[in-house]
Amino acid sequence: MPKRHVIKQLSIFVNNEPGRLAKIARIMKEEGIDIYAFNIAEASGFGVFRAIVRDPDIAFQKLKDRDLVVKETEVIAIPMEDRPGGLFEAAAVLGEVGINIEYGYAYSGKEGAIFFIRVNDTESAINTLLNHGIRLLKEGDL
Amino acid sequence: MQFWNKTIETMPRKEIEQLQLRLLKELVTRIYEKSHYYHTLMKEVGVHPSDIISLEDIVKLPTMNKTDLRDNYPDRLIIADPEDIIRYHVSSGTTGKPTVVGYTKNDIENWSESLARSFTSFGLGKRDVIQVSNGYGLFSGGLGMHYGAEKLGAAVVPASTGGTKRQIELIKDLKVTSIACTPSYLLHMAEVAESMGVDFRNDTRLGSAILGAEPWSENTRRHIEDWMGIKAQNCYGASELSGPLFTECNEQDGVHVWGDLCLVEVIDPKTGEHVGEGERGELVFTMLRREALPIIRYRIGDISEITWERCACGRTHPRLQRVAGRVDDMIIIRGINVFPSQVEHVLGEIEEVTQHYMILVDSDGALDKMTVQVELDPEAFTDNILTLRAIRSKVAGALKDTLNVRVDVELMEPGSLPRFEEKAKRVLDRRVRM
Repeated sequence: MPKRHVIKQLSIFVNNEPGRLAKIARIMKEEGIDIYAFNIAEASGFGVFRAIVRDPDIAFQKLKDRDLVVKETEVIAIPMEDRPGGLFEAAAVLGEVGINIEYGYAYSGKEGAIFFIRVNDTESAINTLLNHGIRLLKEGDL
Repeated sequence: MQFWNKTIETMPRKEIEQLQLRLLKELVTRIYEKSHYYHTLMKEVGVHPSDIISLEDIVKLPTMNKTDLRDNYPDRLIIADPEDIIRYHVSSGTTGKPTVVGYTKNDIENWSESLARSFTSFGLGKRDVIQVSNGYGLFSGGLGMHYGAEKLGAAVVPASTGGTKRQIELIKDLKVTSIACTPSYLLHMAEVAESMGVDFRNDTRLGSAILGAEPWSENTRRHIEDWMGIKAQNCYGASELSGPLFTECNEQDGVHVWGDLCLVEVIDPKTGEHVGEGERGELVFTMLRREALPIIRYRIGDISEITWERCACGRTHPRLQRVAGRVDDMIIIRGINVFPSQVEHVLGEIEEVTQHYMILVDSDGALDKMTVQVELDPEAFTDNILTLRAIRSKVAGALKDTLNVRVDVELMEPGSLPRFEEKAKRVLDRRVRM
């Protein structure tokens, strides 16, 4: 049941040097990959490019075939209501049950902002959030 | 433990050195009398054969290197009478003129004797079938191994290089027990054998390999031994010294350099002075019994160390450790000598990274800064930045432990560093020279 709420994210290893992002963006364009949201994590010398895309499994195979070092990772998509405290609720619920948010990034979705989070235990996080009445998006909702 | 020539191989150090001194005196007298080149050179530096009283006096003699051989192409350094020369080997001149090495009957005899002793020291004998897959021809590898194996009384399969599938068939069908070739060719052979469905452990009698003619590491040795179920013996030599000459014994604890044939010194490449026993430096070879082409204090360019400590096998001659690098490849970082081969060795021990790397050296104010770029193994990639950072720290820590120099490590995308088909240029020295 919680599996339906898992969003597949693509993580790509990149050298931290000029032109590297352009190279990945070019490959994405050439392969016709539609990017919903992305984020770059940088650690001196290298970085990880993370993206939420349409049809992640197909995109994953295409990027692999282009010799990129890519992994599929699981994230959760939480729609953000445009009112104070929206983020607090979700974060507080997870904090209470001891689930750690490793990172997160936002995207302005079709029907409002979406917050993508990566946690140390995706399945428990989804259960906990749903049990607390927090709405989560599925892949088809993006 | 079998010996080819037990009296000589187990002779006490003192006696070996006495023999070396006698042979050195004879050699120096011979070149002074017979070689115009050496006579002139010795006059120039003011040394006479009578000045060689102890082994330490060898330092009075000038050193020579490959340039001397090239400059005297083809045969101006050869002192034997033309009718006494029975063979020539010629090295390929990738960086200039080729070098020519002439041999008398005794030169070939001593070369074969050296290898027969070495082969015996790791268990080969007349019952063995030795496939020589080194190149035959002007290159001294193939024929050198061939004569050594024949001297031993083994059956030789002179396969030379190429025709890998046929080579594998021969190993199977002729019940070959040992093979001489380069480590990279043996690895290639193992891959081809696998694709042919031939299992070296069960389908052949191969028990050992005699590997040399290119740098290789302990990691590669373990890999070969585990994969093929054989003993992989390191062999040392060089065309100028005759060809392949010495190997390790069963103990695999250094190459036994026969002191009655060859005198090896270890010097500091910068000052030219001897380093202490067991210390690393540049190898300098004197071939004590050479008749055709004298090789005296020859700076071969290899960096290693020797020990006179008696080997567990009972042999007393000096042992040469694996070559750590070439003098030409050495980089000095904050006064410490660093060899790319050391970096390669460290990286080979860490499974999260590959063997594709580059070394960058920059000036950081008055200091030197060394950066190692290494490609991440795709299997080790994770979305977790902390894990990736930990891999980088692990590599940096291991390099620091081995090199005694602080190294910045950059993890790189697989495929992003240059690939080298021939001689690898993995060092980029961008230091500003004042």
